[in-house]
Amino acid sequence: MSHPSTNVPSRDEILAILDTVKDPEVPVLSVRELGIVRDVEIDETGRVTVTVTPTYSGCPAILVIERDIATAIAAHGIGPVHVRTTFAPAWTSDWIAPEARAKLKAYGIAPPGKAESGGLVQLMRARTAAQCPYCDSRDTEVRSEFGSTACKSVNWCNSCRQPFEEFKAI
Amino acid sequence: MTSPVSVIPATPPPPNALFELLQRLGDDRLILGHRVSEWCGHGPILEEDIALANIALDLVGQATMFLHAAGEAEGRARDEDALAYFREAVEFRNCLLVEQPNGDFAFTIVRQFLFDVYSVVLLDALSKSTHTELAAISAKSLKEAKYHVRHSGDWMLKLGDGTDESHRRTQEALNALWRFTPELFATDDIDRELLASGVAPDLMAIHAQWSTLVRDVIERATLTVPAGVPRRAGTRGGRQGVHTEYLGHLLAELQIVARSHPGAQW
Repeated sequence: MSHPSTNVPSRDEILAILDTVKDPEVPVLSVRELGIVRDVEIDETGRVTVTVTPTYSGCPAILVIERDIATAIAAHGIGPVHVRTTFAPAWTSDWIAPEARAKLKAYGIAPPGKAESGGLVQLMRARTAAQCPYCDSRDTEVRSEFGSTACKSVNWCNSCRQPFEEFKAI
Repeated sequence: MTSPVSVIPATPPPPNALFELLQRLGDDRLILGHRVSEWCGHGPILEEDIALANIALDLVGQATMFLHAAGEAEGRARDEDALAYFREAVEFRNCLLVEQPNGDFAFTIVRQFLFDVYSVVLLDALSKSTHTELAAISAKSLKEAKYHVRHSGDWMLKLGDGTDESHRRTQEALNALWRFTPELFATDDIDRELLASGVAPDLMAIHAQWSTLVRDVIERATLTVPAGVPRRAGTRGGRQGVHTEYLGHLLAELQIVARSHPGAQW
């Protein structure tokens, strides 16, 4: 016989905890700000299900993120916690909100541009240059489409002559 | 006179078409991802070393999703690790193109370019599949494939329209790899069944799109599309488990740790 728990957490409570869970590779952003958290469900017994979606399918951080989410919620005496993964809709960098973009820039990472939609293949690069997060110049160039993590590219600023990373737009 | 008694073979179990398709998609990416990962620490320049490692990571990540779904479609409680580490070469369903050894940088780029365009066109079609999970995984992977083809397409132009040596090496790679491309679009009973149910697209249509895109870049790179492909042994069969000798060597490296320490977690 199960009794309704007297300690069923509210959705807002869970969301507040998730705001404290940072991405291990971009620690200025929380998992919510990155758009990784897609849903939070709480059943009448207090069981919490957090639905997440990976940024990149091979992102090694996703397992750490899932563990961090479960640990953070459990640390508040809430649970059991179940983290499930969904692939639809596919994650897009467009889900990163303006405030989070400002945090990225302050951290030295140029925020992503608009993700390309539809259309079959953009074989050739056709995008505006990233804005240097240090001096705001647009006189920049891509050095490599791939950077230190799956989500970033490497750029060079011709004005302040500094390399910088840009969050890839996908 | 009585006619010879014909022996009617016992009806084999109907092939699990969805399981086959998901293995084909997963194995292409697992094997190519492993091949590309062999460049880690050996890239011609630091940026390229990082790029290739990133691409390998994306491909292995995509393989994880497709093989996980394959295990569910099979219904024999095999997960993605069981399929990756404990199948034999004859059970792999990847195309022969992706198992070819890396060669020089031009060879790796041409192999990648031919596959990336195929991947983008195919995943775009599969993202509209009637099978919702397949559609979701394909839509997710498509975003990454589009990024990859921009990288390999850029390099095709740089190498083809580069120095005499880079042009020569790229053309040689194209000549050597072109013979493996018909297999990508060869249609068998599995494909016909899945086309009928709206799960997978018509590979003839995929070929038409692939051909247009690939030829456009080859020409802009001042390279020449190889003339007709002679049907020869050893250029197809991967989808049915008939591979070149290279796959066994690749699997030995890919599987040794998991097989030496069954059940190990890391």
